[in-house]
Amino acid sequence: MYVAVKGGEKAIRAAHELLAKVRRGDTREAELSVSQVEQQLPLAVARVMTEGAVYDPELAALAIKQSAGDLVEAIFLLRAYKTTLNRFGICEPINTEGMQIERRISATYKDLPGGQVLGPTFDYTHRLLDFSLMAEGEISEPSVADIGSSAEMPADPVSVEPVSKVLEILEREHLMVSETDHQREPSDITRDPITYPADRSARLQSLVQGDEGFLLALGYSTQRGYGRNHPFAGEIRIGEVEVSIVPEELGFEIEIGTIQMTECEMVNGFTRHRDGEVKFTRGYGVGFGQCERKAMAMALVDRSLQAADYDEEVVSPAQQEEFVLSHCDNVEAAGFVSHLKLPHYVDFQSELELLRRIRAAEQSDSAKETN
Amino acid sequence: MNITTEQRQYWISVLAQAPTETLLQLSDSVVSDMPFDVIRAPEIGLTQVRARMGGKGDAFNMGDMTVTRCVVRSQGGSLGFSYVAGRNKPHALRAAQLDAMLQLSDFHQHLTDNVIEPLKQQAGESQQVKQQVTAATKVDFFTLVRGED
Repeated sequence: MYVAVKGGEKAIRAAHELLAKVRRGDTREAELSVSQVEQQLPLAVARVMTEGAVYDPELAALAIKQSAGDLVEAIFLLRAYKTTLNRFGICEPINTEGMQIERRISATYKDLPGGQVLGPTFDYTHRLLDFSLMAEGEISEPSVADIGSSAEMPADPVSVEPVSKVLEILEREHLMVSETDHQREPSDITRDPITYPADRSARLQSLVQGDEGFLLALGYSTQRGYGRNHPFAGEIRIGEVEVSIVPEELGFEIEIGTIQMTECEMVNGFTRHRDGEVKFTRGYGVGFGQCERKAMAMALVDRSLQAADYDEEVVSPAQQEEFVLSHCDNVEAAGFVSHLKLPHYVDFQSELELLRRIRAAEQSDSAKETN
Repeated sequence: MNITTEQRQYWISVLAQAPTETLLQLSDSVVSDMPFDVIRAPEIGLTQVRARMGGKGDAFNMGDMTVTRCVVRSQGGSLGFSYVAGRNKPHALRAAQLDAMLQLSDFHQHLTDNVIEPLKQQAGESQQVKQQVTAATKVDFFTLVRGED
């Protein structure tokens, strides 16, 4: 338990001023603007939006600047800001099939309707530091015309229309468990805390906001044999989707804009289902912006948490719902770890006293024995 | 004036998705002299974003997004509404004003020709540019025979 302390206002103010100074860095360098962060660090922005659970690239960029690049701190700032706003309504569920594709790949089919579109990816880069980025000059921007003249230009340049889902190919052949809309109202963990066992809607909401590192490690653990679920990246897509709402006062659906999102559909090991059929199973991952690693990790963990649905033995951390969901939130985790910095003087004094008493007692015992 | 829900959905969508600068530029000359009653001043809030399990199963909550809304009444008595993604009060105000005016027969055609259609065309063009840049990364993989030992 920690205790209240008084005083230190001057030192605290000075510490905050120093933090601002450290964040600003050498004043001979131009100050980083929020729009520079938004435009030039879009993957950091995506992580902060996803785990901060608010889609707003400008606010996420501001949080990153304010936190001096500490993304977990930035996520905390965004979550805190979120609590100051009213919720006007609920969007209609997003239709990812209508996504304006920026990237779409499948590791299960080489040739698939709509094709494989690499988009802006780190895959196939050599992971060598690119010293040209250190040079002052701007990197020449490839214009559409340049790309158009490249030898690898596909025959049909503008055919990145909305494309159908890869997993539907398997569903049509009855080889994959299908997803059905039961018109159920989803849980909302921001209003009602999770209770266990949780339903899948609460699990997915919790995983979207969950820490990428934690989920990545858990997903990795399933691959290494701790709750194996035989995953294939059935389809990964990144792109813009339209968001609509039905405002009460209008009574009809209106589009309010588009957001960028990432979606991963895993094809997982097949099993005999309660209806007697043998089918592949599936895991689902999504996030705001470009967040492929997170979406893949989430999909792996979503599947491992379905263990009970397929009568699988729950033996590994990634399969234990309460363990995963109650530890995946980095704002909660950072909060509880950080609280160790609060004054625990009284607690510690009592432990210290106890230890001294034990040692004194032992010393007097051994003194008696030697006598 | 008879306006279908589809017509209104169409222009509300175009107004919401337009770049703010272009929206204001195209509509300043028509709107700036018009008096409006502000029923609900532009207000920033959240709306919950929902996705579906596996893209088409049961819904779940993904998080929220910021949104700005506004309601105005035109001199002609029509009510204009706006819900615009992000935090942008001038954009929401203008979108609501235009929604109100587009319901009036005196302005409908003029605004459709000079604001809505140019915005729609511009959106189409920028989407096409995006598609082209993306299409250049379309790939055909070849499978190589794998060694058996």
